[in-house]
Amino acid sequence: MIKVEGLTKRFGSQLVLRGLDLEIPTGSITVIIGRSGGGKSVFLRHLIGLLQPDAGRVLVDDQEITRLSGEPLDAIRRRYGVVFQGGALFDSMRCADNVAFPLREKVRLPKAEIAKRVDSALAQVGLEGMGQKYPAEVSGGMRKRVAIARALVTEPEIVFFDEPTTGLDPVLVNTIHHLILDLHRRHRFTAVMVSHEIPEIFEIADRVAMLHDGRIVEVGPPAQLQASQNRIVQKFIRGEPEGT
Amino acid sequence: MSVSTVPAVLRPLDLLGGWTIEGVNSLGRFGAFLGGAVGAMVTPPLKFWAFVDRINFIGFRSLLIILLTGAFTGMVLGLQIFLTLSRFGSEAFLGPAVALSLIRELGPVLAALMVTGRAGSALTAELGIMRITEQIDALEVMALSPMRYLVAPSIFAGILTFPLMTAIFDVLGIFGGYLVGVELLGLSPGTYFGEMQTFVDFADIALGFWKSVSFGVIVTWVCAYKGFHVGHGAEGVARATTQAVVLSSVLILVWDYFIGSVW
Ligand SMILES: Nc1ncnc2c1ncn2[C@@H]1O[C@H](COP(=O)(O)OP(=O)(O)OP(=O)(O)O)[C@@H](O)[C@H]1O
Ligand SMILES: [Mg+2]
Repeated sequence: MIKVEGLTKRFGSQLVLRGLDLEIPTGSITVIIGRSGGGKSVFLRHLIGLLQPDAGRVLVDDQEITRLSGEPLDAIRRRYGVVFQGGALFDSMRCADNVAFPLREKVRLPKAEIAKRVDSALAQVGLEGMGQKYPAEVSGGMRKRVAIARALVTEPEIVFFDEPTTGLDPVLVNTIHHLILDLHRRHRFTAVMVSHEIPEIFEIADRVAMLHDGRIVEVGPPAQLQASQNRIVQKFIRGEPEGT
Repeated sequence: MSVSTVPAVLRPLDLLGGWTIEGVNSLGRFGAFLGGAVGAMVTPPLKFWAFVDRINFIGFRSLLIILLTGAFTGMVLGLQIFLTLSRFGSEAFLGPAVALSLIRELGPVLAALMVTGRAGSALTAELGIMRITEQIDALEVMALSPMRYLVAPSIFAGILTFPLMTAIFDVLGIFGGYLVGVELLGLSPGTYFGEMQTFVDFADIALGFWKSVSFGVIVTWVCAYKGFHVGHGAEGVARATTQAVVLSSVLILVWDYFIGSVW
């Protein structure tokens, strides 16, 4: 279980998170929705220990990761898989080496086993045979899928996706969603996903949390948010501009 | 920083204090960065292939410019020192004069400045781009230390390649001086090399060696630090690269004076 309490973060004079509270149950798929620029990526960066809050804390299985560093923090991160918003592929390595990298460096398996897992991970995201290309030589959507393959190849316990499907065509969005759902059924990882895919995302989410103005304004099963009485949530889900 | 609430008269003092704190802070970060890198350097495992890659990046790819600048520096020295010495009728000392200036001073310093321009700037730009595209963050969340994977191999490669490149620079320079002094201006080859053997001590070579080793650390440290702490976007990378080259060059000259005066 990931527990976020009173998370507050300011950049200069801009208050991005204002006392954000959220509980993310183990084994669930929790989707964070909210306006672009609303602080979703900043929030995720706190969960993975890349940003330190000005106030509040993040507990992962009762360990306060906002106060950890060094080996104890790494011990938690070894259970993580992260898909960054921009992919964050190592551009000096071929796509297949990107996917193989965490296996080579973190898990230490025989070469043949690594190659097998890399091939199947690439095949799962529909990229068989593309492994020999460099990240700069494939399309934006392909880079995204390589990043997903790299995050999932180590079979992490907790996976963070920052907009894994933004920029993909509708068929691929579905494919990726079903891939995530399928892997989730098999491995029961905890997923925290930032997504703009409304309404598709409601089909795979266990819980949806709406981030607005630096706080979570509503969290619950998809059906609850779709039927929400909260005007902010209603408008966001229907895609109505603010102030109407 | 929050909005300042000090009265206007105290504003300059407030600013000065702010800058001082900021300055001390970044000095601290700068030192801690080297500390972290040394930590990664002295604890196994060493990322061997990353190290080899950095030797290629910092050393091998700078060879051409080292060869060129070394040869021409030696030729310029040969010419200028010959003209000066001939006024005193002591052209015989051209060999040791060229060799000593190169080995003690110009070899380590010029080689380091050249490598800073060629490889140091590239190192900062590469790490800076890795920072802004979140590749360094990706390493970190894989629980793989960016210090171990990116910085330690660079500093090791600096320590190894700077003395080697300085040696190449020195040798080329001495032959450049030979070319001008002996082939062009008519000094006898025996005099050029013979006097050199008499006057150049091991201590001179040791000085040059330690200088080049420390320059290797300074350049890779400064350039990696600047790449890691890059600002936003392409402009941030550009600014970091400039700062890395300027700061490395200044530190090379300051440290050169310091080490030369206490030796
Ligand atoms: N390192 C930083 N320094 C200063 N401001 C930042 C930094 N990172 C984020 N911000 C600011 O925080 C706000 C939230 O950014 P964030 O990237 O979290 O948005 P987001 O919700 O992920 O948006 P999107 O859906 O477009 O990805 C933005 O206004 C941004 O300008
Ligand atoms: Mg974002």
